[in-house]
Amino acid sequence: MVNHVTRDMELRQRAWDAAAQVVDPEIPVLTIADLGVLRDVSVHDGEIEVAITPTYSGCPAMNMIAVEIEAALERAGFHKPTVRTVLSPAWTTDWMSDDGRRKLKDYGIAPPQAGSGRRALFGVEQVACPQCGSTDTETLSEFGSTSCKALWRCKSCREPFDYFKCH
Amino acid sequence: MTAASITVSETPLVLYALRRADDALILGHRLSEWCGHAPMLEEDMALANMGLDLLGQARELYAYAAKVEGKDNTEDTFAYLRDVRQYRNLLLVEQQNGDFARTMVRQFFYSTFADLYWRAMMNSRDATLAAIAAKSEKESAYHLRHSSEWMVRLGDGTEESHRRAQAAIDDLWAFTGEMFSVDDSERGLIDAGIAVDPETLRSQWLKIVSGVLGEATLARPANDWMQKGGRIGHHTEHLGHLLSELQSMQRTFPGATW
Repeated sequence: MVNHVTRDMELRQRAWDAAAQVVDPEIPVLTIADLGVLRDVSVHDGEIEVAITPTYSGCPAMNMIAVEIEAALERAGFHKPTVRTVLSPAWTTDWMSDDGRRKLKDYGIAPPQAGSGRRALFGVEQVACPQCGSTDTETLSEFGSTSCKALWRCKSCREPFDYFKCH
Repeated sequence: MTAASITVSETPLVLYALRRADDALILGHRLSEWCGHAPMLEEDMALANMGLDLLGQARELYAYAAKVEGKDNTEDTFAYLRDVRQYRNLLLVEQQNGDFARTMVRQFFYSTFADLYWRAMMNSRDATLAAIAAKSEKESAYHLRHSSEWMVRLGDGTEESHRRAQAAIDDLWAFTGEMFSVDDSERGLIDAGIAVDPETLRSQWLKIVSGVLGEATLARPANDWMQKGGRIGHHTEHLGHLLSELQSMQRTFPGATW
């Protein structure tokens, strides 16, 4: 019995590590673990089940992420892993890891402001330019190239940039 | 060869989920019609983004309706293989895009309602509906902000943008009452704490709409006669045309995938 439990824990850890390597197809510097999209990995009778959560309801990357997780697990030696989607509790940008925020910024995307409630969106946001760090920035478009991003512009260095929206 | 329509066992909960799903699908489809045609690139992206959010909400609600119904129907058959009389969406959302002002007024009326509605539904005793609402509510807040800003920009813009926005408000106003109507099927779910009673949202909706219209120097119509019928499948002539496009592939090549 103890052996079973230990074995399941090891399997779970190995499966988690494999799934955690999968990257967001739209933002390839972030893994699904960085994003907080990877919710849970469980083991039932040696079978692996991975739970993921969507960032936005219609995010088309979710199907691809699910396929990539299955492929990553099969490469790691797990047979017929299943991926299910959970909606609750709803994903928020606060789940993004600090490491993920740093990687986003280095990639040229301003990270979401930690801990800000969505309703605070109706106030004025202070978003720092990921290129030069200036907060003298303005919104160009509330909606950007993917569901999770808005388009901003830095008035100091004149560069446009993506901002990962608070959610 | 064309694919036949499905039959649906519309128990109160199935019907409830389908009504909300149909609102989201049809409005999302209308927004997608703008793709490549919006007045500017940023707006093209905004309309497509909002349409995508709505499509996502529709999929979750259809999937839940299919699970509750427990038959062979799926999110796809609900969307592709129901005829116009089987659709349960609000008349408001099927109205044609018209000019940009008309699209934005329609979006503003709906988003104001949806934002209040999803937030209330987060307290549903039905865990799946509460979870879908918690996701949708974040998205509707963006749609509301975006359309509110456009109301002000159009209403308080040029003479022409004002005229067009006011004309759209006057034309679409009669379709707003349906959002607050409740029938017996839904009343039972409201009493059970599963569904939201839209009547409790009416005064807040009016307050937000009046506030934004005031800021936009636009007038709220005095005529309060309201049109209805969408919730029981009595639609305006526009929905059939929309569905013929939305469903043409599956009707012509049943079960086609890629």
